[in-house]
Amino acid sequence: MEDLIMINGLSYSYGKGHGKNALQNVQLGLSAGKVIGILGPNGSGKTTLIKLLNGLLVPTEGEILIDGHNPGKYTKGVVSYLPERTYLQAGKTVGQMLEYFSDFYQDFSVERARVMLESLGIKESEPLKTLSKGTREKIQLILVMSREAKVYILDEPIAGVDPAARNYIIRTIIQNYNEDAVVLLATHLIADVEAILDEVIFIKDGRIVLQSTVEDIREQQGKSVDAYFREVFVC
Amino acid sequence: MWELDANRPIYLQIAERLELAICSGVYQPGERIPSVRDLAAQAGVNPNTMQRALTELERKNVVVTFRTNGRTVTEDKGMIKETRNALAREQVHEFLEKMKEMGFEKEEIIALLTEEGNKDQSMA
Repeated sequence: MEDLIMINGLSYSYGKGHGKNALQNVQLGLSAGKVIGILGPNGSGKTTLIKLLNGLLVPTEGEILIDGHNPGKYTKGVVSYLPERTYLQAGKTVGQMLEYFSDFYQDFSVERARVMLESLGIKESEPLKTLSKGTREKIQLILVMSREAKVYILDEPIAGVDPAARNYIIRTIIQNYNEDAVVLLATHLIADVEAILDEVIFIKDGRIVLQSTVEDIREQQGKSVDAYFREVFVC
Repeated sequence: MWELDANRPIYLQIAERLELAICSGVYQPGERIPSVRDLAAQAGVNPNTMQRALTELERKNVVVTFRTNGRTVTEDKGMIKETRNALAREQVHEFLEKMKEMGFEKEEIIALLTEEGNKDQSMA
Protein backbone atom coordinates (compact mmCIF):
# COMPACT_ATOMS: atom_id res chain seq x y z
CA MET A 1 0.00 0.00 0.00
CA GLU A 2 1.18 3.51 -0.70
CA ASP A 3 2.29 5.50 2.30
CA LEU A 4 -0.23 7.97 3.65
CA ILE A 5 2.53 10.06 5.17
CA MET A 6 5.88 10.48 3.45
CA ILE A 7 8.75 12.34 5.05
CA ASN A 8 11.88 12.98 3.01
CA GLY A 9 15.14 14.43 4.32
CA LEU A 10 13.34 16.42 6.98
CA SER A 11 15.44 18.69 9.17
CA TYR A 12 14.48 21.43 11.52
CA SER A 13 16.57 23.76 13.61
CA TYR A 14 15.40 26.38 16.06
CA GLY A 15 17.19 29.65 15.42
CA LYS A 16 18.99 30.48 12.17
CA GLY A 17 22.42 29.23 11.19
CA HIS A 18 24.01 28.20 14.45
CA GLY A 19 20.74 26.99 16.01
CA LYS A 20 20.19 23.60 17.59
CA ASN A 21 19.17 20.83 15.20
CA ALA A 22 15.91 19.50 16.63
CA LEU A 23 15.46 17.05 13.74
CA GLN A 24 18.09 15.79 11.32
CA ASN A 25 17.48 14.17 7.97
CA VAL A 26 14.37 12.24 8.96
CA GLN A 27 13.18 9.69 6.43
CA LEU A 28 9.84 7.95 7.12
CA GLY A 29 6.96 6.27 5.33
CA LEU A 30 3.80 5.63 7.34
CA SER A 31 1.04 3.50 5.88
CA ALA A 32 -2.70 3.58 6.49
CA GLY A 33 -4.47 1.26 8.92
CA LYS A 34 -1.69 1.33 11.49
CA VAL A 35 -1.30 2.57 15.03
CA ILE A 36 2.23 3.88 15.29
CA GLY A 37 4.04 4.90 18.45
CA ILE A 38 6.52 7.74 18.26
CA LEU A 39 8.71 6.99 21.21
CA GLY A 40 11.58 8.96 22.58
CA PRO A 41 12.76 10.62 25.74
CA ASN A 42 12.00 14.24 26.54
CA GLY A 43 13.73 16.58 24.13
CA SER A 44 14.31 13.91 21.47
CA GLY A 45 12.34 15.76 18.78
CA LYS A 46 8.89 14.11 19.09
CA THR A 47 6.99 17.31 19.56
CA THR A 48 8.98 19.11 16.85
CA LEU A 49 8.05 16.33 14.41
CA ILE A 50 4.39 16.60 15.41
CA LYS A 51 4.40 20.38 15.02
CA LEU A 52 5.91 20.02 11.55
CA LEU A 53 3.25 17.43 10.60
CA ASN A 54 0.57 19.87 11.70
CA GLY A 55 2.06 22.78 9.80
CA LEU A 56 2.80 24.70 13.00
CA LEU A 57 6.48 24.81 12.04
CA VAL A 58 8.02 25.00 8.57
CA PRO A 59 10.84 22.55 7.72
CA THR A 60 14.36 23.97 7.53
CA GLU A 61 15.07 21.29 4.93
CA GLY A 62 13.19 18.42 3.32
CA GLU A 63 9.53 17.72 2.81
CA ILE A 64 6.42 16.23 4.39
CA LEU A 65 3.57 14.84 2.29
CA ILE A 66 0.30 13.86 3.95
CA ASP A 67 -2.12 12.21 1.53
CA GLY A 68 -0.03 13.84 -1.22
CA HIS A 69 -0.10 17.37 0.22
CA ASN A 70 2.33 19.52 2.18
CA PRO A 71 1.00 20.48 5.63
CA GLY A 72 -1.45 23.33 5.15
CA LYS A 73 -5.10 24.01 4.52
CA TYR A 74 -5.87 20.62 2.93
CA THR A 75 -4.06 18.58 5.57
CA LYS A 76 -5.81 20.40 8.43
CA GLY A 77 -9.03 18.95 7.03
CA VAL A 78 -7.75 15.36 7.20
CA VAL A 79 -5.52 15.46 10.28
CA SER A 80 -7.13 15.24 13.70
CA TYR A 81 -4.70 16.55 16.28
CA LEU A 82 -4.68 16.21 20.04
CA PRO A 83 -2.04 18.61 21.31
CA GLU A 84 -0.17 18.06 24.53
CA ARG A 85 -1.83 21.14 25.99
CA THR A 86 -5.52 21.81 25.95
CA TYR A 87 -7.11 24.14 23.45
CA LEU A 88 -10.55 23.96 25.02
CA GLN A 89 -11.74 27.40 25.99
CA ALA A 90 -12.63 27.41 29.68
CA GLY A 91 -15.39 29.98 29.23
CA LYS A 92 -17.37 27.80 26.79
CA THR A 93 -19.83 24.99 27.46
CA VAL A 94 -19.43 21.43 26.23
CA GLY A 95 -22.24 22.05 23.73
CA GLN A 96 -20.50 25.14 22.35
CA MET A 97 -17.34 23.08 21.76
CA LEU A 98 -19.44 20.54 19.83
CA GLU A 99 -20.80 23.34 17.65
CA TYR A 100 -17.35 24.76 17.14
CA PHE A 101 -16.02 21.38 15.99
CA SER A 102 -18.94 20.75 13.61
CA ASP A 103 -18.51 24.19 12.06
CA PHE A 104 -14.80 23.76 11.70
CA TYR A 105 -14.44 20.14 10.55
CA GLN A 106 -16.58 18.59 7.84
CA ASP A 107 -15.61 15.10 8.98
CA PHE A 108 -16.80 15.66 12.57
CA SER A 109 -19.60 13.36 13.75
CA VAL A 110 -21.70 15.17 16.37
CA GLU A 111 -23.72 12.01 17.03
CA ARG A 112 -20.66 9.97 17.82
CA ALA A 113 -19.36 12.64 20.21
CA ARG A 114 -22.78 12.90 21.91
CA VAL A 115 -22.98 9.15 22.50
CA MET A 116 -19.54 9.18 24.15
CA LEU A 117 -20.26 12.27 26.26
CA GLU A 118 -23.56 10.79 27.38
CA SER A 119 -21.90 7.52 28.40
CA LEU A 120 -19.68 9.58 30.70
CA GLY A 121 -22.66 11.50 32.05
CA ILE A 122 -21.35 14.83 30.75
CA LYS A 123 -24.05 17.40 30.04
CA GLU A 124 -23.77 19.76 27.07
CA SER A 125 -24.89 22.69 29.18
CA GLU A 126 -21.90 22.34 31.48
CA PRO A 127 -19.25 25.06 31.30
CA LEU A 128 -15.79 23.56 30.83
CA LYS A 129 -14.36 25.47 33.75
CA THR A 130 -16.56 23.55 36.22
CA LEU A 131 -15.18 20.18 35.07
CA SER A 132 -12.13 18.38 36.45
CA LYS A 133 -8.85 18.26 34.53
CA GLY A 134 -9.34 14.53 33.84
CA THR A 135 -12.84 15.10 32.45
CA ARG A 136 -11.62 17.94 30.23
CA GLU A 137 -8.92 15.67 28.82
CA LYS A 138 -11.51 13.00 28.06
CA ILE A 139 -13.73 15.58 26.32
CA GLN A 140 -10.86 16.77 24.19
CA LEU A 141 -10.03 13.19 23.17
CA ILE A 142 -13.71 12.53 22.36
CA LEU A 143 -13.75 15.60 20.09
CA VAL A 144 -10.56 14.54 18.32
CA MET A 145 -11.66 10.90 17.89
CA SER A 146 -15.13 11.86 16.62
CA ARG A 147 -13.63 12.99 13.34
CA GLU A 148 -13.47 10.60 10.38
CA ALA A 149 -9.91 11.70 9.78
CA LYS A 150 -7.17 10.13 7.67
CA VAL A 151 -4.53 10.87 10.27
CA TYR A 152 -4.87 11.11 14.04
CA ILE A 153 -1.95 12.67 15.86
CA LEU A 154 -2.11 12.26 19.60
CA ASP A 155 0.62 13.98 21.61
CA GLU A 156 1.02 12.39 25.06
CA PRO A 157 -2.67 11.46 25.36
CA ILE A 158 -2.25 9.55 28.63
CA ALA A 159 0.32 11.67 30.44
CA GLY A 160 -0.89 12.79 33.84
CA VAL A 161 -4.19 10.88 34.00
CA ASP A 162 -5.15 8.23 36.54
CA PRO A 163 -5.17 4.51 35.54
CA ALA A 164 -8.96 4.33 35.10
CA ALA A 165 -8.94 7.38 32.81
CA ARG A 166 -5.97 5.90 30.97
CA ASN A 167 -7.98 2.73 30.20
CA TYR A 168 -10.90 4.85 29.05
CA ILE A 169 -8.63 6.83 26.72
CA ILE A 170 -7.04 3.69 25.25
CA ARG A 171 -10.44 2.09 24.64
CA THR A 172 -11.76 5.27 23.06
CA ILE A 173 -8.83 5.42 20.66
CA ILE A 174 -9.27 1.76 19.64
CA GLN A 175 -13.00 2.02 19.16
CA ASN A 176 -13.08 5.19 17.14
CA TYR A 177 -10.20 5.56 14.76
CA ASN A 178 -11.05 5.23 11.13
CA GLU A 179 -9.83 1.86 9.81
CA ASP A 180 -8.08 3.40 6.81
CA ALA A 181 -6.37 6.02 8.92
CA VAL A 182 -2.99 6.16 10.52
CA VAL A 183 -2.82 6.88 14.24
CA LEU A 184 0.37 8.48 15.53
CA LEU A 185 0.79 8.28 19.24
CA ALA A 186 3.67 10.18 20.77
CA THR A 187 4.50 9.18 24.30
CA HIS A 188 7.22 8.26 26.73
CA LEU A 189 4.83 5.97 28.68
CA ILE A 190 5.56 2.93 26.54
CA ALA A 191 4.40 0.11 28.82
CA ASP A 192 0.92 1.64 28.95
CA VAL A 193 0.41 1.79 25.20
CA GLU A 194 2.51 -0.95 23.65
CA ALA A 195 -0.37 -3.43 23.37
CA ILE A 196 -2.26 -1.08 21.05
CA LEU A 197 0.65 -0.33 18.70
CA ASP A 198 1.37 -1.94 15.32
CA GLU A 199 4.67 -0.18 14.80
CA VAL A 200 7.11 1.90 16.74
CA ILE A 201 9.50 4.63 15.78
CA PHE A 202 12.34 5.35 18.19
CA ILE A 203 13.59 8.89 18.01
CA LYS A 204 16.80 10.02 19.65
CA ASP A 205 18.61 13.35 19.43
CA GLY A 206 16.51 14.35 16.43
CA ARG A 207 17.19 11.19 14.44
CA ILE A 208 15.10 8.11 13.76
CA VAL A 209 17.05 5.21 15.24
CA LEU A 210 14.49 2.45 14.64
CA GLN A 211 11.26 1.77 12.78
CA SER A 212 9.85 -1.70 13.42
CA THR A 213 6.67 -3.64 14.05
CA VAL A 214 6.15 -4.38 17.73
CA GLU A 215 5.75 -8.11 17.10
CA ASP A 216 9.16 -8.13 15.37
CA ILE A 217 10.71 -6.60 18.48
CA ARG A 218 9.02 -9.17 20.73
CA GLU A 219 9.99 -12.08 18.48
CA GLN A 220 13.52 -11.01 17.54
CA GLN A 221 14.59 -9.42 20.81
CA GLY A 222 12.48 -11.67 23.05
CA LYS A 223 11.49 -8.70 25.16
CA SER A 224 8.84 -6.04 25.44
CA VAL A 225 9.06 -2.77 23.53
CA ASP A 226 9.39 -1.04 26.88
CA ALA A 227 12.39 -3.19 27.88
CA TYR A 228 13.98 -2.76 24.45
CA PHE A 229 13.47 1.00 24.62
CA ARG A 230 15.28 1.13 27.97
CA GLU A 231 18.16 -0.71 26.35
CA VAL A 232 18.40 1.58 23.32
CA PHE A 233 18.04 4.74 25.39
CA VAL A 234 20.19 3.69 28.32
CA CYS A 235 21.25 6.76 30.29
CA MET B 1 -8.20 -4.45 29.84
CA TRP B 2 -6.67 -7.90 29.93
CA GLU B 3 -3.48 -8.67 31.83
CA LEU B 4 -0.94 -9.41 29.12
CA ASP B 5 2.74 -10.23 29.24
CA ALA B 6 4.50 -7.72 26.99
CA ASN B 7 7.46 -10.07 26.52
CA ARG B 8 5.48 -12.68 24.54
CA PRO B 9 3.65 -12.20 21.24
CA ILE B 10 0.36 -10.57 22.22
CA TYR B 11 -1.77 -12.29 19.56
CA LEU B 12 -0.90 -15.75 20.94
CA GLN B 13 -1.87 -14.73 24.45
CA ILE B 14 -5.17 -13.34 23.21
CA ALA B 15 -5.87 -16.50 21.19
CA GLU B 16 -5.27 -18.52 24.37
CA ARG B 17 -7.59 -16.30 26.37
CA LEU B 18 -10.35 -16.61 23.79
CA GLU B 19 -9.90 -20.36 23.58
CA LEU B 20 -10.27 -20.56 27.34
CA ALA B 21 -13.41 -18.40 27.21
CA ILE B 22 -14.89 -20.75 24.60
CA CYS B 23 -13.92 -23.92 26.51
CA SER B 24 -15.36 -22.61 29.76
CA GLY B 25 -18.62 -21.64 28.09
CA VAL B 26 -18.32 -17.84 28.28
CA TYR B 27 -19.02 -18.06 24.55
CA GLN B 28 -21.39 -20.97 23.80
CA PRO B 29 -21.16 -23.27 20.76
CA GLY B 30 -22.63 -21.45 17.76
CA GLU B 31 -22.72 -18.13 19.61
CA ARG B 32 -21.73 -15.02 17.73
CA ILE B 33 -18.63 -13.38 19.12
CA PRO B 34 -18.23 -9.60 19.39
CA SER B 35 -16.65 -7.62 16.56
CA VAL B 36 -12.89 -7.32 16.24
CA ARG B 37 -13.05 -3.68 17.24
CA ASP B 38 -15.13 -4.35 20.37
CA LEU B 39 -12.98 -7.27 21.46
CA ALA B 40 -9.85 -5.18 20.85
CA ALA B 41 -11.23 -2.38 23.00
CA GLN B 42 -12.18 -4.84 25.78
CA ALA B 43 -8.70 -6.32 25.77
CA GLY B 44 -6.93 -2.99 25.28
CA VAL B 45 -5.06 -4.19 22.21
CA ASN B 46 -4.64 -3.13 18.61
CA PRO B 47 -7.48 -4.34 16.30
CA ASN B 48 -4.91 -5.86 13.89
CA THR B 49 -3.55 -7.94 16.77
CA MET B 50 -7.06 -9.10 17.68
CA GLN B 51 -7.68 -9.97 14.03
CA ARG B 52 -4.52 -12.04 14.00
CA ALA B 53 -5.61 -13.91 17.15
CA LEU B 54 -9.00 -14.66 15.61
CA THR B 55 -7.36 -15.85 12.39
CA GLU B 56 -5.36 -18.24 14.56
CA LEU B 57 -8.59 -19.60 16.09
CA GLU B 58 -10.14 -19.88 12.63
CA ARG B 59 -7.17 -21.90 11.49
CA LYS B 60 -7.83 -24.28 14.38
CA ASN B 61 -11.55 -24.31 13.44
CA VAL B 62 -12.53 -23.18 16.94
CA VAL B 63 -14.28 -20.18 15.45
CA VAL B 64 -16.01 -20.02 12.09
CA THR B 65 -16.52 -17.01 9.87
CA PHE B 66 -19.59 -16.63 7.72
CA ARG B 67 -19.52 -14.10 4.99
CA THR B 68 -22.87 -12.64 6.00
CA ASN B 69 -23.16 -13.41 9.67
CA GLY B 70 -19.88 -12.40 11.27
CA ARG B 71 -17.89 -14.75 13.39
CA THR B 72 -19.27 -17.49 15.62
CA VAL B 73 -17.98 -20.20 17.93
CA THR B 74 -17.94 -23.59 16.21
CA GLU B 75 -21.06 -25.73 16.74
CA ASP B 76 -18.88 -28.81 16.86
CA LYS B 77 -18.99 -29.67 20.57
CA GLY B 78 -16.51 -32.51 20.05
CA MET B 79 -14.01 -29.96 18.75
CA ILE B 80 -14.51 -27.73 21.78
CA LYS B 81 -14.05 -30.71 24.08
CA GLU B 82 -10.84 -31.59 22.26
CA THR B 83 -9.55 -28.04 22.61
CA ARG B 84 -10.42 -28.11 26.30
CA ASN B 85 -8.50 -31.35 26.75
CA ALA B 86 -5.52 -29.91 24.87
CA LEU B 87 -5.47 -26.85 27.17
CA ALA B 88 -5.69 -29.12 30.21
CA ARG B 89 -2.84 -31.26 28.93
CA GLU B 90 -0.65 -28.18 28.49
CA GLN B 91 -1.32 -27.21 32.10
CA VAL B 92 -0.49 -30.70 33.32
CA HIS B 93 2.77 -30.77 31.37
CA GLU B 94 3.82 -27.42 32.80
CA PHE B 95 2.99 -28.70 36.27
CA LEU B 96 4.91 -31.92 35.76
CA GLU B 97 7.96 -30.02 34.50
CA LYS B 98 8.05 -27.94 37.66
CA MET B 99 7.54 -30.95 39.91
CA LYS B 100 10.39 -32.79 38.19
CA GLU B 101 12.63 -29.75 38.64
CA MET B 102 11.92 -30.02 42.35
CA GLY B 103 12.87 -33.68 42.21
CA PHE B 104 9.48 -35.30 42.74
CA GLU B 105 8.84 -38.86 41.52
CA LYS B 106 5.70 -39.97 39.75
CA GLU B 107 4.24 -41.77 42.78
CA GLU B 108 4.86 -38.82 45.07
CA ILE B 109 3.17 -36.48 42.60
CA ILE B 110 0.10 -38.71 42.34
CA ALA B 111 -0.11 -39.02 46.12
CA LEU B 112 0.14 -35.24 46.52
CA LEU B 113 -2.50 -34.65 43.86
CA THR B 114 -4.91 -37.05 45.54
CA GLU B 115 -4.33 -35.54 48.95
CA GLU B 116 -4.69 -31.90 47.83
CA GLY B 117 -7.58 -32.78 45.52
CA ASN B 118 -9.48 -34.26 48.47
CA LYS B 119 -8.85 -31.11 50.52
CA ASP B 120 -10.27 -28.99 47.71
CA GLN B 121 -13.39 -31.14 47.56
CA SER B 122 -14.03 -31.00 51.29
CA MET B 123 -13.81 -27.18 51.11
CA ALA B 124 -16.34 -27.06 48.29
